[in-house]
Parts: sequence; C-alpha cells; structure tokens
Amino acid sequence: MSRYYTEDHEWVEVDGDIGTVGISEYAQSQLGDIVFVETPDEGKEVSKGDDVAVVESVKAASDVYSPVSGTVLEGNAALADTPELVNEDPEGDGWFFKITLSDPSEVEGLMNDSAYAEFVSKL
Amino acid sequence: MSQQVQDQLLSGDPEGGEGEPALALLALDAWHRAHGGRMVPFAGYEMPVQYEGIMAEHLWTRESAGLFDVSHMGQLIFSGPGVEAALEALMPADIAAARPGNPVYSLLLAENGGILDDLMFTRRDDGSIYMVVNGACKWDDIAHFREHLPDEIETNYLEDQALLALQGPKAVDALSRLIPGVEALVFMQGGLFQWQGHELWISRSGYTGEDGFEISVPAAAVEALADALTAQDEVKPIGLGARDSLRLEADLPLYGHDLDTETTPVSAALGFALKKRRREEGGFPGYERIMAERETGPILKRVGLVIDGRQPVREGAAVVDADGTEVGRVTSGGFAPTAQKPIAMAYVPAALSAVGSRITLAQRGKIHTAEVVQMPFVPHRYVRKGA
Repeated sequence: MSRYYTEDHEWVEVDGDIGTVGISEYAQSQLGDIVFVETPDEGKEVSKGDDVAVVESVKAASDVYSPVSGTVLEGNAALADTPELVNEDPEGDGWFFKITLSDPSEVEGLMNDSAYAEFVSKL
Repeated sequence: MSQQVQDQLLSGDPEGGEGEPALALLALDAWHRAHGGRMVPFAGYEMPVQYEGIMAEHLWTRESAGLFDVSHMGQLIFSGPGVEAALEALMPADIAAARPGNPVYSLLLAENGGILDDLMFTRRDDGSIYMVVNGACKWDDIAHFREHLPDEIETNYLEDQALLALQGPKAVDALSRLIPGVEALVFMQGGLFQWQGHELWISRSGYTGEDGFEISVPAAAVEALADALTAQDEVKPIGLGARDSLRLEADLPLYGHDLDTETTPVSAALGFALKKRRREEGGFPGYERIMAERETGPILKRVGLVIDGRQPVREGAAVVDADGTEVGRVTSGGFAPTAQKPIAMAYVPAALSAVGSRITLAQRGKIHTAEVVQMPFVPHRYVRKGA
C-alpha cells in the first residue's frame, strides 16, 4: 500500500484499485475544530480534481477535491456523528471516502510522504 | 481542499485587505505571539484569531475567564460645553439622563436612519463623554464626529490607551485579586481604579454574554497587566475567533455583518436603543423613517435561527421563499460551541420573524431548513444589581 498527497492537502491510500481518501494532518491543524463533514454518496462517479466533500470548521467551510478519478464505494459514516475524528486522526479513522480508481496511473502525479512533508515545510 | 468561506471576522474588513496600508501593531503584539496567538489582519491590525483553538477557548471563557485584547477598538473622549446635546443630535440615546459612570449602548445613525456604528458611551464625572467604537469603523466615526459636531466640542482619540476584556464567570475572582473593589461593580457600571501606579477605567461589561469586565489601560502598562491577569489560574488569552462565536450565542450583533448602513435600529431589533425621551422629542438622524418603521413594522427583521442538522449556515447564505426567491440573508452563522448546534442571525421578512417560524436557506447550491428561536441562544449571566 502506498499513500499519496495533493498540493490541496488531500491524501489517498491505494490498495490495488481501491483508494481511501482524507485530508492531511497539516490540513486539519490549519482548519482547527471540525464540526461537520459532508461525504460523497456511494456510486458517485468522480474525476480527479472534482470537489466531492465539504469539511467545516468552527470558522470556515472548505471543499475537498478527489485526488483520483473513479467511483465512490462509501463515505465514512462515522463522520456524521463524530466529525471531530478528522481532528483526532485525520490520516486514519478520520478518512472521508473510499473509491474504486478508474485510472491507477493518476497517482504518479501526486506527492509521496517525504515530498509532501517538504512541500508543507515551505508553506 | 480549498477554503470557500473565509472566517467571518476577516470578510468585510475595510482596512486589512491587500493593497491597503500596512497593518498596525497592537501594544500587545509581541505578547500575543509569545503566547502562541495565530495573527490575522482585522480592522487594520494584526490580531490574534486563536491560541489553542476556537472551541477550547470559547468553552474556557464560558466556564472560567478569558482575556481578550480589544485594543483595535476606538476609545474617544468628547468634551466641551453642551456635549450631551451635541452628541444626541447624532444618536438616539438619552445622554443627558445617563448616570455618570454607567456605560450605555447606543448607535451612530446616518441621515436616513441607517446604522453607521454601534458603540458604548459613558458620562464621566468631569462632564466629558467616553466612548468605545468598533475598530473597523473608528476612522470613519472620528471623521463623522469632526464633521457634524460643533466646533466647541473637542473629540480626542485615545490612541495611547489599550483595551482588555476579561470575560467569564471567574473573571471577578481573578480581577478582584489584582484590583480589589471591582467586585462591587454590577453589570453596566464602571469606575476609575489604580493598579501599580496606573489609572484604569474598568466597567463590568463585555460582549460575550458572560459576567466580566472591560479595562481601559495605558498602552505602556498593558503588557504588565496582561501578564498579571494570565498569571491567575482562571485566566487564559482568547482570540477573536472565540469572541465571534461567544457574541453570536449571546445575541450581540456585530457591526459590518449584522448591522450596517442598510439596517435600521428597528429592523436590527435594537429598539431598546431608541430612548423614550428621544422617541417623543425626536432630533436624531433618520427620526421620521425610524418612527414610521416602529409603527408599521420593518420589512425585514433580525432574528436568531437554529439550523436543522449539523452543517453550519454562514454569513451570505440566502433566506428563500417557497419559489426559491431570495427574501432575506444570513448575516452571521456558525457552529455554536456551547449550544453544540449550528446557529445563525438572519434578516427575514417580518411575517417569518415570530419564534417558531420555519425558514428555508440556500447556501452553495444546497437547501437548509431552520427555525426562528428566542435569542440569546445561550442565557446571559450578567451580574445585575440586587442579584
């Protein structure tokens, strides 16, 4: 399994042709207390870069873009009642949705752990 | 990920935007940074929006005591013969009847009855009037006063005076330990106090719905006072983010958002600021329009909404009718940390303004529903006389 990051601070963990998507530790730290997450519905067809989810902190709403193209398998139902999971474990239990990748080669354009860490260090 | 909705506190900021003059620094600027404050542009200053997090700071203020730096606000002194009458020509307050030492909420009105600013003024024993106006409005207010007040009235901007607010149920414990005597004040009462050789003007007032104090202190002494206050176990520094969520829960409108030149005291549900003698005698800007609106009722009225579900509906969202036509607007909104649900202030048609009315809202292509509720969303805990 490998994890990739976008410049917009989403991550996708790829296992075969299934990806799990969330926002990065850096993103949650910038957003502050998260009070609401809207995740995409099962079966939704998305293209890389589409806005597919919304995350709201106490102070602002932000769109979340899909890092890859594909079909949504499921949204993280736990976030409906406990959006604070995104603050507590953004790159684990606070994932947003799972997706079947239609073009696994798309991840080649994304950053790996160390490239993303370097990207964030310059922000 | 991209931020769609800027922090409410940052939008509509007339002096902090790009291409504008450099931001001024607060007397406590270095202090805020040393305490982990995340600084943002607001009202022409770099100001702390949060320290440890808005939610934690909000809840801390509700249960203990939060220290806010509100030095961006304008502190003014008016003096000269006939100062009460001269100011009454610009606002609907009964300044002549205001008891010395007791702050009063009022409004600076435009010729058409629109609201130029909301403010607090206090008659002082020496006959002068002390006033605190919004930071984002202060330069416009000063220009307005200088243009409209007679020459014999002097307007002084106290630029070397900082302003702190200590808010929360334990504020009185922390402050009275440093400055004995403040505990004798009640809500909306103030006085002069001494602290380490400095003269402080302290009133029991604030903008969070909690008991607390506002402290006008010479800028040269504010860092020492902030240190002394935060050395008390009850006190933590709190940023503008929590100030905004606290004041929203307390039904306290924010100028530039819930109030502006398009709103009148009647539509803004601030009729209490129209004092009886002034309603009878008139002589303030917009008098005829405002009195007519009092008679017939406003077209739009400011109300409090509780949003169904968990998603916040924020400033700028539309209030819509059954056909989807915009009939009103959300002017403040967010997730209420104490109430634990999304709340908002909105202007709605008068027919929909009664408590219990169902409201439909449109935000970013999505429909939300809400109910008009009695404000404040969280009960005030002011310490009143005789309580």
